[in-house]
Amino acid sequence: MASLADQVQQLLQGLAGADLVEITLLSLAVSGLATAISLLIGVPIGTWLALSRFRSRGLAITVVNTGMALPPVVVGLAVAFALWRSGPLGDLSLMYTPSAMVVAEVIIATPVILGLTVAALGQLDPRLRLQIMGLGASRWQTVWWLWREARLPLLAALMAGFGSVISEVGAAMMVGGNILHQTRVLTTAIVLDVSRGDFGQAVALGVVLLTLAFLVNGVLTWAQQRRPRH
Amino acid sequence: MTVLPSRSSPGAAPPLLVEVRDLVVVRGARPVLTIDELAVADRETLSVVGPNGAGKSTLILALARLVRPARGQLLFRGLPVEPRDELGYRRRIGLVLPDPLLLDTSVAANVAAGLRFRGISAARARPRVDEWLGRLGVEHLARRPARQISSGEAQRVSLARALVLEPDLLLLDEPFASVDPATRSKLVDDFEQLQRETHVACVIVTHDLDEAVRLGDRMAVVVAGRLRQCDTPERVLSEPLDEDVAAFVGAETRIPGRVVSASDGLAVVELGACRIEAVSAVRPGRSVLCCLRPEDVTLLAAGGGSPARPTSSARNRLPGRVSRMVTQGSLVRVSVDCGVPLIASITRASAIEMGLVEGGGVVATFKASAVHLIPLAG
Repeated sequence: MASLADQVQQLLQGLAGADLVEITLLSLAVSGLATAISLLIGVPIGTWLALSRFRSRGLAITVVNTGMALPPVVVGLAVAFALWRSGPLGDLSLMYTPSAMVVAEVIIATPVILGLTVAALGQLDPRLRLQIMGLGASRWQTVWWLWREARLPLLAALMAGFGSVISEVGAAMMVGGNILHQTRVLTTAIVLDVSRGDFGQAVALGVVLLTLAFLVNGVLTWAQQRRPRH
Repeated sequence: MTVLPSRSSPGAAPPLLVEVRDLVVVRGARPVLTIDELAVADRETLSVVGPNGAGKSTLILALARLVRPARGQLLFRGLPVEPRDELGYRRRIGLVLPDPLLLDTSVAANVAAGLRFRGISAARARPRVDEWLGRLGVEHLARRPARQISSGEAQRVSLARALVLEPDLLLLDEPFASVDPATRSKLVDDFEQLQRETHVACVIVTHDLDEAVRLGDRMAVVVAGRLRQCDTPERVLSEPLDEDVAAFVGAETRIPGRVVSASDGLAVVELGACRIEAVSAVRPGRSVLCCLRPEDVTLLAAGGGSPARPTSSARNRLPGRVSRMVTQGSLVRVSVDCGVPLIASITRASAIEMGLVEGGGVVATFKASAVHLIPLAG
């Protein structure tokens, strides 16, 4: 096993100078940007779904919850169809670019964040909203305080959204193409290494990926669990 | 339902603060609250009582404009509250719900919340927050997380959070419900004191009749989604308008009968085999419901005692038999069969003194003025 550790160290040293940093940063950038966009879409829509009452609301929430289980490969396929040169959005020339990966990952992460936002606000006491409004809060002040009350599950939604895309490989491979210096990210690089039989490097990248996930979630968990400010 | 001037300001009727007209609130397809007219004047406290599920909480939410009625108008100082005025209207009121529902922040920040919503800076809010925490006796909790204080303390914070806004109208839905009985009486005392000091107009929902009588200038009785009566507590207790109200306010004896004659404001009512007199203007021939509160019935030992006591002509005397005795604390609730069933409430001491036993003979007496007649339809 010592030889494996040595090997990992060697490989990390080999990668550290150039590609590893680049691949890691691209992973972080694509997934981070996708999560941020998903947050901007998912939290407002999720809040609206959680707080409003309309006839087909149950159906809408079921659709969202189904979306949480959307297979990334299917998303990749759909995005590839759309972005393909002859596809409806082919003129944008986004295929095999980081932008295409962001598009696919937004489609994967949005239902996750949206669905968990509905759940986060849904578990609040419905009378809390009446009480906040009864204290003279405007619509936005009410929403702000409800988010604040639900901040723990909302941060969990953020973590789940980020987790779903940082670890995703099918769609990234399909619409990104795993092109070195352009669209190669940690997950696609691991798949390539394994297919080449280069297990040592795959393990090294896996460790980097895990560390990255740990650090990001560590920061979010710290934010989630820290005592409220007074 | 007419609006009566409040007790606190006799003479000219004070200006009306809030009025509800022709209100219907619907849940699903079912109307849960229907109110033709209800008004609260400045400095007035209206207590709202009624059985569970009668629509009392819905009334509070409708008054707070937190449920949209299917129909009807809400007027604030004579002007209708339109949808675009709702936020402005809500910033004139204070709301306290049965559970304190404190926000997950410090006690002081909870009390400051309403002021902050109104755009008042934290620095300007602080002295007012401190003052009201002090007036509710919870100033020592200011820095504590609101979720870590007891329910009694939390409800005091909830009251401070509403009162700090110096609202024109304070809406309270069972504000003492989540508090244990010992803490509750102190809290009610303190609230009554603050009510006197601030003269804030209040609508207070409670299931406790004693609290409603004590705190309210007027009392509204809501039964099955309808406002059945709204009057001074004394009048509601002594002259309930219908059987449901009579039952709710404690007129335990309710017997249907017929007025056979009437003169000088005194009606003679035939109840099965016996006749009683009641102070009432109901005309002869009408079917009525005779209502009598158990504390207004006096029991005398059968055969003894009565000749020595001068009996007024307006006092009813019905001989009967004790059918049931139930001890409730220091009182005994005695069911007497006088041909018609009567219920009397007497002290335990006098029950022992009289040697009252189930099956024993007894004479039930009550004043004609204690009997309230509700005319029945048909």
